[in-house]
Amino acid sequence: MTAYVLQRLIQSVLVLLAVSVVVFFAVYGIGDPIELLVPPQVSAAERAALVRRLGLDLPVWQQYFTFMGNALKGDLGRSFVHGVPAIELILARLPATFELVLLAMSLAAAVGVPLGLLAGLDPESRPARLIMGGTVLGYSLPSFWKGMMLILLFGVALGWLPTAGRGEMVSVLGFQTSLLTVDGLRHLLLPALNLAIPNMALMIRLVAAGTTEAMTQDYVKYARAKGVRRKRIVGRHVLRNILIPVVTVVGIEFGSLVAFSTITETVFAWPGMGKLLIDSIYHLDRPVVVAYVLLATLLFVLVNFLVDILYAALDPRVKLTGEMA
Amino acid sequence: MRSRIMFACVASTCLLAAPAWAQSLRVALSSEPTAIDPHYHDLSPNNALALHIFEGLTKQDEKQKLHPGLATSWENDGKNKWTFKLRQGVTFSNGKPFSADDVVFTFCRTLKNETAIAGSFADITGAFASVEAPDPQTIVITTKSPDPLLPNFLASVGILSSSIIPHDKLSFDVAKNCGVTGAWPVVGDFNDGKLAIGTGPYKFKSYTRGSSIELERNASYWGQAEPWESVRFLPVPNAGPRLAGLLAGDYDVIENPAARDLGRLKDDKRFGYVVTPSTRVIYFQLDVAREPSPFVKAENGKNPLKDERVRKALSLAIDRDAIVKRIMDGAAEPAYQFLPTGMFGTLPNPPALRYDPAAAKKLLSEAGYPNGFQLTLATTNDRYINDSQITQAVAQYLTQVGIRAEVDAMTRAVYFPRRSKKEFSVALGGWGSTSGEASSFLRQWPATPDEAQTIGGSNYGGYLDPDYDKLIRAAISTLDDAKRSELLQQAGAKVLESNAFIPLHFESTVWAYKANLNYVGRSDQFTMAMSVKPAK
Repeated sequence: MTAYVLQRLIQSVLVLLAVSVVVFFAVYGIGDPIELLVPPQVSAAERAALVRRLGLDLPVWQQYFTFMGNALKGDLGRSFVHGVPAIELILARLPATFELVLLAMSLAAAVGVPLGLLAGLDPESRPARLIMGGTVLGYSLPSFWKGMMLILLFGVALGWLPTAGRGEMVSVLGFQTSLLTVDGLRHLLLPALNLAIPNMALMIRLVAAGTTEAMTQDYVKYARAKGVRRKRIVGRHVLRNILIPVVTVVGIEFGSLVAFSTITETVFAWPGMGKLLIDSIYHLDRPVVVAYVLLATLLFVLVNFLVDILYAALDPRVKLTGEMA
Repeated sequence: MRSRIMFACVASTCLLAAPAWAQSLRVALSSEPTAIDPHYHDLSPNNALALHIFEGLTKQDEKQKLHPGLATSWENDGKNKWTFKLRQGVTFSNGKPFSADDVVFTFCRTLKNETAIAGSFADITGAFASVEAPDPQTIVITTKSPDPLLPNFLASVGILSSSIIPHDKLSFDVAKNCGVTGAWPVVGDFNDGKLAIGTGPYKFKSYTRGSSIELERNASYWGQAEPWESVRFLPVPNAGPRLAGLLAGDYDVIENPAARDLGRLKDDKRFGYVVTPSTRVIYFQLDVAREPSPFVKAENGKNPLKDERVRKALSLAIDRDAIVKRIMDGAAEPAYQFLPTGMFGTLPNPPALRYDPAAAKKLLSEAGYPNGFQLTLATTNDRYINDSQITQAVAQYLTQVGIRAEVDAMTRAVYFPRRSKKEFSVALGGWGSTSGEASSFLRQWPATPDEAQTIGGSNYGGYLDPDYDKLIRAAISTLDDAKRSELLQQAGAKVLESNAFIPLHFESTVWAYKANLNYVGRSDQFTMAMSVKPAK
């Protein structure tokens, strides 16, 4: 186990290093942020002073090493656009995204797993076909369009829910959350639903396929021959076996939603991290983009690690060893 | 427990539409200010927000005409000396009285503004030779060179309270730190509101980046009290959700709804909208100097854009009225000069730039291009309203007179750096006059570059006319209004005649709002709570 963790740690550092190089030089390659920051009428002297202050007068490799040197000291740089530390900007946005994704994934799992089981146990039935047909729709509708439709239906036509923005917040353990207020939840519902729908579809398909396959397995037949009740077969044997792919997908999707739920956050004007990323790319705000992607990478590494540990808990055959898997 | 709360909510308030119209105002913005610090970055959203909390010595009205602000009157000695009489009985939102010390402190701060983007307002205050306060109600500014627009520029410099930082006797002596003993404030210090102390009609309440900016009425404001007890600005960058939010009753006012959606608001009695012409002119800048130019290909190998007849032909080939009507959905005005007629220094009767493809073809033949030539128009696709569609349309008009025109559209993050490296032959541009008069465009774009004078900074096309330079240089240092206006008109006419810049239209700004409100749109495109009043 220790060897395994150590190996993972070394891998993670290498991945982070590689990502930092790629992103840093990619953002550098898009264009010169100075042109976007400085109004044209500003004098050449003021402009040059800003270039120097931001360190943009140095050759790019030197900029990179300055950045890495500071990063090792825990300083990921200051936003060109906002003038405050990049990490402060990102962390201020994290709770908003986190609660959104948490609700979205819970919704997806709460709806997706039972419906998937239902569809998988009797794939030829009418409800099963209906559910599977729905997943195609749920998976293929573009997020932006779906978001607008949700807004038009629940916000404008019915007037039940607010159309955009984050609602009332309370402070819990130093973090601002809107999960615990009525107004906050009402604001959360539509964007969370928008994020949840494709994941719901994905989960239904995964669970349904897994269930259909598991039902033909020998251990199920044996259990049935032994006279175990159907409810127990499904709940105890089938579900447990099909959860491994589900956990993998939930893990990966959780990570990618936290880092890149950009479209939903933009449509619903949700003050989360995805929107920050898009805005920052738009303004060539390199410190924020690089810090962001590094943080996202770290998140993926962590989530993958947690998923591996969960595997071991779910499947006694999986052992976490230091050898390459 | 929570389910019961949810139920109570569904049963009572949640099903009702927006809460009854209180004295609060919710405004959805298309772009969010990047800071509360009024001197951080000289950008429209930042300046518009700052004007709620802070005030300048002067003030621009909705047509950018100049009015007294924190100064009640000002006069110039015919040279470099300006005397401003300050308003009496004004207090900051923390109760401290306003005096000349605060003005000196603010000017110093713009020069000691470490975190600002490119000095922000330092180009204005950096041109001061001295600032004196002979008494607490008077400020005497001496500029290094004559600057007729000083009062215009001062409208955008929000006055801070000197009480926010410890200091000894204040003086405009930057080398000696102006008498300030504490640390100069940086941008982050304003975001929690502690230093956001101004004299404006509103007070800072809270700022959550990406989420909302809350203001409340400043009870001690010297002018007429605002009708809104509290104002919330909410950034909603996408036009679709912004309009949906208005329709659903989540917002009272929204800025920049898409012009194509206005038809929907027109027939709805619950909402109103205004379309206000702005000073932002959209134009093409032509490469008139280089041989060859990177994106022009003619059979004779030359740069046809150097020929005045060809440039005239380009202008004649474009149907401005059709672009305004079809592409801009009426939310624009055809431009026949670089600032809307009627503003200071503009031509009173500029000849209409007509659409005449036959004349354009004839001119092209005369110039030796009967079969036209190849041309690529460069444009942004995310900066100005419908920018890439406008360029597409112009390319088609040019094709109709025989110029094989293509469009290269790109995001502004790529476009602006490339344009400043002079990589284009024909480039779309947009320019709003912050000073509200004609020199703003004329000194920045067509003038021959001169860093010391900060003129010609955007002359990417290499337009060069010594007579023009004489006119514009004289204009920006002439203090006499009548003479200056005359010089600016002559300069403007010269650029128009050369066709080195081909104006298309002035963007209009659109605001939509609930029918129980009145909204007065501003020509500087600022969205402000002060523009909104309850309908009588």
